[in-house]
Amino acid sequence: MTLFAGHDLACRRGERLVFTGLSFRVAAGSALLLRGPNGSGKSSLLRCMAGLLAPVAGTQTWNDRPIALDADAHRGRLRYLGHQDAVKPALTVLENLVLWQQLHGRHDVAAIGRGLAGVGLDRLAELPARLLSAGQRRRVALARLLASPAPLWLLDEPTTALDDDGVACFARMVGDHRATGGVVVLSSHGDPGVAGDVLALADFAPTAAEAES
Amino acid sequence: MSAFLALVRRDLQLAMRQGSDAALVLIFYLLAVLLFPFGVGPEPNILARISTGVLWVTALLAALLALERLFVSEYEDGSLDQLALLPLPLSLVVLAKVLAHWLLTGLPLTLLAPFLAIALGMDQAGYPVLVLALALGTPSLSLIGGLGAALTLGARRGGALLALLILPLYIPTLIFGVAAVDASLSGLAALPHLAILGALLLAAIPLCPWATAAALRQALE
Repeated sequence: MTLFAGHDLACRRGERLVFTGLSFRVAAGSALLLRGPNGSGKSSLLRCMAGLLAPVAGTQTWNDRPIALDADAHRGRLRYLGHQDAVKPALTVLENLVLWQQLHGRHDVAAIGRGLAGVGLDRLAELPARLLSAGQRRRVALARLLASPAPLWLLDEPTTALDDDGVACFARMVGDHRATGGVVVLSSHGDPGVAGDVLALADFAPTAAEAES
Repeated sequence: MSAFLALVRRDLQLAMRQGSDAALVLIFYLLAVLLFPFGVGPEPNILARISTGVLWVTALLAALLALERLFVSEYEDGSLDQLALLPLPLSLVVLAKVLAHWLLTGLPLTLLAPFLAIALGMDQAGYPVLVLALALGTPSLSLIGGLGAALTLGARRGGALLALLILPLYIPTLIFGVAAVDASLSGLAALPHLAILGALLLAAIPLCPWATAAALRQALE
C-alpha cells in the first residue's frame, strides 16, 4: 500500500528548472534512495517533501490525501535532516536532544536514552557539543530522530562523516524504523547501508527546451 | 505553549553560555551615552536639555547591535530548517526569539536608562516616564528589528543593510518615546504619548512576527 507519493513534481531553483515530471511512491515500512549526480535535485526534492520548498508543479499525498491540505499535520509527521546538523555547540549532547524533544512538545527521557544508545553516544551525553567531531555531531542529529519519533524520515546524505560503526548504527536505526511501519527517503552518494527502491534523479532532468521555458 | 517557553529558555541559555552580545549592548549603551558630556561639553543645562533624545537614540542604536545575529546563527547551523518544521507556527518561533532578544537587550537597557539619566543631569521628574516609555518602546524595536534581521538573512554585509532598513522604521517609536519624557519634564500629561507607544507595540506584536516568518520562509527556499 502506498503511504507517501508524489505526482508529476517539478522544482525550480532560481532561474533553473532542476527536475520535472517526477513521481514517486513509498509504501509503509519501505525506503526510497535518491541517486543522481551533484545538482540533480536530491536536496531540492527532499526539501519539497519536507514542505520547506514549494514545487512549481505537481502534488504530494500521504495516505492519498494531498499534504498541501494540512501542512501542519505533515510537519508533525516528518523529521528532516539536512546537510547541517543543527547541533548547538554551547549545549551538551543531552541538552541538545532534550531541547528539540521539548520543541516537538514531548517529554520522554526513555526515548532520549534510546536515541543516545542507538547512535553509540551514551558515554558522551554530558559533553559540550563543541567538543564533538563532525561524525559525532552527525550522530547527535541522528539521535534526534529517535528522541522524537515520527513516521516519515527525510534524510539528506545522512551518512556523511560517519565511520563504519556509525553507518552500521544508522542502518540498524533505519531497520527498526521500517519495522514499525516508518518510511525513509534518503539521498546518498556512497553506500548508506540501507536497501530500498532507487529513484534516479537524472531520469527527470528537464530537456533543453523545458529548461529554457 | 511549553515549546514556546522552551525556545525562549534556550535562547537565554545560549546567550549566558556564550557570553552573548547582551553584555556588549549594555557596555555600548553606557559608553555611547557617556561620550555626550565629552562631546557636547559639561554645561548641565545643555546636557539636561538633550538627555531624553540621547538616551533614546543610543538605546535604539544599542538594540540594533545584537539584532544581526538573531537568525544568522540559526541559519548557518541548520537550526532554522528544524525550527520551520516544528509543530509550533513559525510566527510564534519568531515571537519567542524576539522575546528572548528583548529580555537580553531591551529590558536591561530600560533598567539602565535612569542611572544614565543621572549622569546627564536629567530632572528626576522624568525618570518614571523614561522607564515606562522605554519599557513600551523597546519591545517594538526588537519586533521591527527581527523583521529586518529576517529580510537581510543571507545577504552580504547584512549588518549594514539591516541598519539602513530598520532605522527609518524606528522613527515613530523614537518620536513618541522622546515626546512622552519631554511632556513629563515640562509638567504636561505623558499618557497620550505612552498610549501611542502602547498602540504601536500592540500593532507590532501580531504583524511583525507574521511578516518575519514570511521573510524567513523566503530565506529557506
